[in-house]
Amino acid sequence: MRRISNLTEDEVKHVAKLAKLSLTPQEVKKLQSQLSGVLDYVDVLKKLGTKDIEPTSQVTGLENVFRSDEPGPSLQPEEVLKNASEKNNGLFLVKAILRRPLFLALLEIKK
Amino acid sequence: MKINQLTITEAQKGLKEKKFSSVELVKTCLEEIKSKNPEINAFITICEKEALAQAKEVDELINHQSSTINHQPLFGVPVAIKDNFCTKGIKTTAGSNVLKNFIPVYDATVVDKLKKAGAIIIGKANMDAWAHGSSGENSDFGPTKNPFDESRVPGGSSSGSAAAVASQMVLAATGTDTGGSIRLPASFCHLVGLKPTYGRVSRYGIVAMASSLDAIGHLTKNVEDAALILKVTAGHDKLDATTPDIPVPDYEKNLQKELKGLKLGVPKEYFSSGLNEEIKEKINQAIRELEKLGMEIMEVSLPHTQYALAAYYIIQPSEVSSNLARYDGIRYGFDRQSFSDEAKRRIMLGTYTLSSGYYEAYYLKAMQVRTLIKKDFEEVFKKVDVLVTPVSPNLPFKIGEKIADPLEMYLSDVFTVTANLAGIPGLSFPVGWIDNLPVGMQILGPQFAEELLFRVGYHYEKMTGKIQFN
Repeated sequence: MRRISNLTEDEVKHVAKLAKLSLTPQEVKKLQSQLSGVLDYVDVLKKLGTKDIEPTSQVTGLENVFRSDEPGPSLQPEEVLKNASEKNNGLFLVKAILRRPLFLALLEIKK
Repeated sequence: MKINQLTITEAQKGLKEKKFSSVELVKTCLEEIKSKNPEINAFITICEKEALAQAKEVDELINHQSSTINHQPLFGVPVAIKDNFCTKGIKTTAGSNVLKNFIPVYDATVVDKLKKAGAIIIGKANMDAWAHGSSGENSDFGPTKNPFDESRVPGGSSSGSAAAVASQMVLAATGTDTGGSIRLPASFCHLVGLKPTYGRVSRYGIVAMASSLDAIGHLTKNVEDAALILKVTAGHDKLDATTPDIPVPDYEKNLQKELKGLKLGVPKEYFSSGLNEEIKEKINQAIRELEKLGMEIMEVSLPHTQYALAAYYIIQPSEVSSNLARYDGIRYGFDRQSFSDEAKRRIMLGTYTLSSGYYEAYYLKAMQVRTLIKKDFEEVFKKVDVLVTPVSPNLPFKIGEKIADPLEMYLSDVFTVTANLAGIPGLSFPVGWIDNLPVGMQILGPQFAEELLFRVGYHYEKMTGKIQFN
C-alpha cells in the first residue's frame, strides 16, 4: 500500500474542496505535513488483524429506535428563521444553485 | 468561608435554614466572577440579569412555599453551562466564531432539566472551539487559565467549566466528554468530573462533536454533588434516540455502602513508560488507600489499549467532519470561512478518512478495532468490578507548550479515549498535588455502573478528607 505520509498538495486541495473549505497556500502546506503526521501515527492499526471482526458503531446495543409518527409541539416559523443570515417571505434566502434555463427545463420535465 | 465556596449540598442546607438567600449566593458568585474572570477567562457570556431575576424567584418560593425546595434537588444552585449546550435566548457559541452571534430558540434537554430542578445559570463557560482540544487554547474567545497556576492550561475541552468551579465562581458546571474533555480538566483543576455511560444523558440541543462518542456530564467539588446532578440529568429522552429506557438509580442512596469485597482492577497498560513517575506514585498511593477500605486489588490486562488513541483519532475526526458539514451560514451562524485551525484540521482529516477509497482502510478498520477495545473491557469486568487508571500522563502543561504540535496535544487523551470508545462511564477525582499542581485519578466501570464509581470516589474522598481549595 502507498505510504500516506506522502500526502500531496493536490490531495490536500482535493479534500478541502470536498469539505468546502478554502485554504490559503500556507494552510495547504501546513496541513500537508500535520495531516501526514497524524495519518502516520494512526497507521499502527495496520499491525492489527481485524478480519471477521464486526465494526462497532453503537456501543450500548440499541437498534432501530423508532418513535410513533405523531405531531407534537414544534418551533414557530419566525423562531426557526430568527438566526438566518437572509430571509424572505418566511423562507431562508439562498443563492441559486441552478442556472435559470436549466431550472426552467426541469420545470418542463416535471409538467 | 464565603458562601460561593460551598458544595451543592452545603449551599442547599444554608438556603433551607435561611442562613443566606439565593440572591446573596448568586451575588457572591457574580462578585467572584468580576474579580477573577478578567484573568482566568472562564466565561464567554455572563448572565447577570437573568441569574439575579431567577434568584429572586427562588427566594420568594422559599419564603412562601418552602416545601418546593424538597422537590427541586438543585434549588438555587448557581451553575455554569458549557457553551455548547443550547440555552434559550442566551448566546451559545460552542467556543467558535462560526456561532458567535447564535441565540438558540430552545433549551438543550439537560439545560431544561437543570432549570426545572431549580439550578440558576450564571453564565456560559469558555471551551475549545467545537470541543476540539485538551487545553482550552483552541477557543476563538481566548484561552482559559488554570486557577492554580495561571501560566498553565486548565485542561480541555471543558476548560471554562473546570476553571469556573475551581476558582469558586460557581458551585458546579456542565461539560461534554468525547475523548476526555470532562475528566482531563477535572484532573488539571482538582475537581470531580463525570463522563457517564454513552446515552445515559441526553445529547439533544448540545452541539454535536462525534456522535458515537459524545457523553454529557459535569464537574463538581465533590462526589456527592456529582451523584446529585446525574440524578437530575440522566434518563431517557424521546428527542435523543440513543438514550435507552433504563431506570435512573437514586445515586446518592448507596454512596455510603462500604467497599469491602469489591474488586479493583489495575490495568498494566495504563501504567507503562509514558506515564509521569510522580503521577504513577500518587496513584499507587491512592490504590493502597482503596485497599485499606476493603477493596481487593488485582492486576489486569486490556491488551488492545495501545491501539485506542489511533482508532479514536480516526473515528472522532470522521464524525466531526460529518457533523460540521451542517455549518453553511444559511440557517444560523457564519459560513465555513469562520472555522479556525483545529476545526479545519479535523474536518480535513475526517473528510480524508471517509473519502472514497479510504473509508475501509481507516473508518471501518477503526470501528473494528473499537469492537476489540470494547471486548477487552467486557472480559475484564467479568473479573473485577471497577478499574483504576491515571487521567493524564502529565501534569497541567504550560499555555503554548503543545499548541503548535497537534499530535503532541492529542496524546494528552491517551488514558481517557478508551472509555468513550467502549461507551463506559469514567469518574475522575483528585488524589493530591505534585509541585502545587493537581493530580487526578480515574475509576472506570461497566456501562450504566455510575453508582459503583460514585461509591468508590465517595469513600476515597471521605477517607482522605474534603477537597481543599486555596
